[in-house]
Amino acid sequence: MERVFTKPVAMKEPRTLYCPGCGHGVAHRLVAELIDEFGLRERAIGIAPVGCSVFADLYWNFDVISTAHGRAPAAATGMTRANPDCFVVSYQGDGDLAAIGTAEIIHAANRGENFVTVFVNNAIYGMTGGQMAPTTLVGQKSTTCQLGRDPAIMGHPIRVCELLQTLGGVAYIARGALESPKTIMKTKSYLRKAFEYALDRRGFTLVEMLSPCPTNWGMTPPQAMTWLRENMLDYYPLGVVRDVGAEEKAQKPVAA
Amino acid sequence: MSEKIPIGEKVLMKGNEAIGEAAVQACCDCYYGYPITPQNELTAYMSRRMIEEGRVFIQTESEIAAINMCYGSAAVGARSMTSSSSPGISLKQEGISYMASAQLPVFYVNVNRGGPGLGNISPAQSDYYQTTRGGGHGDYRVIAFAPSDVQELYDLTMLGFDLADKYRNPAMIQADGILGQMMEPLVLHEYKRPPDLPSKQPWRLGDPSTTDPLLVTSLVLNVTGMEERNLELQKKYDTITENETRFEEVGLDGADVVMVAYGTASRIAKSAMEVARAKGIKVGLFRPITIWPFPSARLNGLADRFDNFLVVEMSLGQMWEDVRLAVEGKAPVHVHGRTAGGIPQQADIVADLRKVLDAKPGEIVKNF
Amino acid sequence: MTQKIRCAGFGGQGIVLMGKLLAQAGMMDDKHTTFFPQYGAAMRGGTANCSVIVSDDAIASPMVEEPDVVLVMNGPSLDRFEPTVQPGGWIFYNTSLIDREVERKDVNVFKVAANSIAEEVGNARTANMVMLGAFAKKLGTVNLETLLGSLDVQMHGKSGKIMDMNREAMKRGAALIK
Ligand SMILES: Cc1ncc(C[n+]2csc(CCOP(=O)(O)OP(=O)(O)O)c2C)c(N)n1
Ligand code: SF4
Repeated sequence: MERVFTKPVAMKEPRTLYCPGCGHGVAHRLVAELIDEFGLRERAIGIAPVGCSVFADLYWNFDVISTAHGRAPAAATGMTRANPDCFVVSYQGDGDLAAIGTAEIIHAANRGENFVTVFVNNAIYGMTGGQMAPTTLVGQKSTTCQLGRDPAIMGHPIRVCELLQTLGGVAYIARGALESPKTIMKTKSYLRKAFEYALDRRGFTLVEMLSPCPTNWGMTPPQAMTWLRENMLDYYPLGVVRDVGAEEKAQKPVAA
Repeated sequence: MSEKIPIGEKVLMKGNEAIGEAAVQACCDCYYGYPITPQNELTAYMSRRMIEEGRVFIQTESEIAAINMCYGSAAVGARSMTSSSSPGISLKQEGISYMASAQLPVFYVNVNRGGPGLGNISPAQSDYYQTTRGGGHGDYRVIAFAPSDVQELYDLTMLGFDLADKYRNPAMIQADGILGQMMEPLVLHEYKRPPDLPSKQPWRLGDPSTTDPLLVTSLVLNVTGMEERNLELQKKYDTITENETRFEEVGLDGADVVMVAYGTASRIAKSAMEVARAKGIKVGLFRPITIWPFPSARLNGLADRFDNFLVVEMSLGQMWEDVRLAVEGKAPVHVHGRTAGGIPQQADIVADLRKVLDAKPGEIVKNF
Repeated sequence: MTQKIRCAGFGGQGIVLMGKLLAQAGMMDDKHTTFFPQYGAAMRGGTANCSVIVSDDAIASPMVEEPDVVLVMNGPSLDRFEPTVQPGGWIFYNTSLIDREVERKDVNVFKVAANSIAEEVGNARTANMVMLGAFAKKLGTVNLETLLGSLDVQMHGKSGKIMDMNREAMKRGAALIK
């Protein structure tokens, strides 16, 4: 019988230890599928950040480095600058990227570093048990905002893509979601573009992935998908936020 | 915990939360924290209680931000606090060093986890060196308490705030994941402000009653000035050592071996002591309650009376070093160390006590 | 008297609550008590356990290496903790979810069909209460009445209906002992 669906070679173990309904497994798989598609397994280095995905090495079948909380973009810079032939996928959660690692991501983007960033936004701190994240929505409850996020004392949820897209070094930024097969496939197409740009050394690339965390949202997996759709998509609109290739094309005078 | 805090009553409380309530009672004005296991319940507790009390709570963007918010709040005279666990405490060290130099009070908590690096989230005492040697850069010390039960977490938190203010120096609690996570009955004593606490008015910034401009800084570019500041600090540290060294002694009379242990390790040592005594081994326990200042003088005195010391710690020989320095070679100092979630087991301690008694002259039992 | 107890099961069975209730009841009975949960990320979807000590004397170490009693709510926990029980100790186990016998011959065994009874009460999630009720009544480590009272403290704020169901489940567990 013909096999029509297998695990990517760049994936060691298709079953994960993440909670049922978690987006991390899907995000890992998208990375692995594209590593296969581009034939990058030999020179790829994945970053396992501080967060639930700290064990990404259990799943990715290529080199992995674990970095300090928030410092993935700095470590990625170090690796790609020292050896430009490495293909680095930096992978970060919202606490890692948008709280403690804000400085690192802004400056990596500004310098136009040539690695791909996967930014998994689940609007919560997963690994530490459900604290408020920089991306937690207004009114959303967490263990450190038990009455719901109040912007007057806790600030507003940060839209990372929109924040970064003004920076000079950015080549490509897009936001997808891991909430249905359709949005997952779309997210994969964004990530493919980011891979292409990174391989062409066009500068900084980032794909945000809105992702459910049923455990710390206190929901079943189906409820979490619905909650994501109904609450996150309004505040975090999906789509390409910046694409320098498309901008160039648009600017080119049409040949007569 | 229910909404009403039953002051004066006995309640069952988690270690991390007991620290939080003690801080609230002790008039902590500002708490800044960043999530990290195994101290998350403390930050969560403060997120609720501080806001209930109309005080300042911020979940910061990082540990570095948290300690520097403490720096700012302390400079204007507020009681400020932060807490974290090992990797986060490492990030705070720069700020703590600045506060020690600028002589700003702060109270902070390190619920140690396994290290080095990201390590693990299991209980450990392996930040002992960092805690007792200042922790950051420069010649400085922080007052470091080593509670061993939930009641002490509560009581020493209150004392920590007071001593920080009294000496204008960082003060902290060194705990471990077991103490942070365990629940135990405790009495929620009322906070009594010591009458002799000096006023912050002469040095706090932004106070309209001081007319001359004030400066808070840790920068003293001219050499003599910075050395002078250091010597001033050293004088203060001597006073603290004289006044604030705390320890407990259990069953030392007639002991052939004195165990030295703090925090959770001291509780396990105490249980092992009961087992060992039932087997005819004469053993006592010396428990430092402050690990800086370290009760060196007392241990040195004990070395005149006792033949053997066995250090039991959840780190690999860190306190062992201090005990050896304290006894100045008057008696052999042995060590039983576990780390990064390895917990000393009673039977293993008892076995080591036997080995200590059987040791040949000059032989040191080093179990790790 | 000192009794070292371990409660074990899978995440979501209310294992931590079992331990807190025991410690709370111990305190209310004027005994010394400590509670220590397994904590952290290792819990995701996997097993959960906690240990409680109830004693007439001050408790030195809060760590439970070899428990006197284990209250076991699922199969993997029985595999893991059966070997750790003190000889002469007790294994209480949930026969609704465990279909094997205890292999050790040097311990006492008490079987509780915790989930079946809890379902009769109206909610399988009260299986932990059934187990606690049986344990308290059988060994008297904590007073059953106090244990019922400890619910008011540890489940403060829950609706009357939920509280009633938990109380009922605890009583049904106790009723297994004639
Ligand atoms: C310096 C430092 N501070 C704090 C922590 C604790 N910590 C571990 S994971 C985490 C946050 C994870 O949240 P996020 O980045 O949103 O990832 P998720 O787990 O949700 O995937 C934190 C604060 C740490 N390991 N190191
Ligand atoms: S806690 Fe949330 S982010 Fe972490 S594995 Fe579970 S669902 Fe995923």
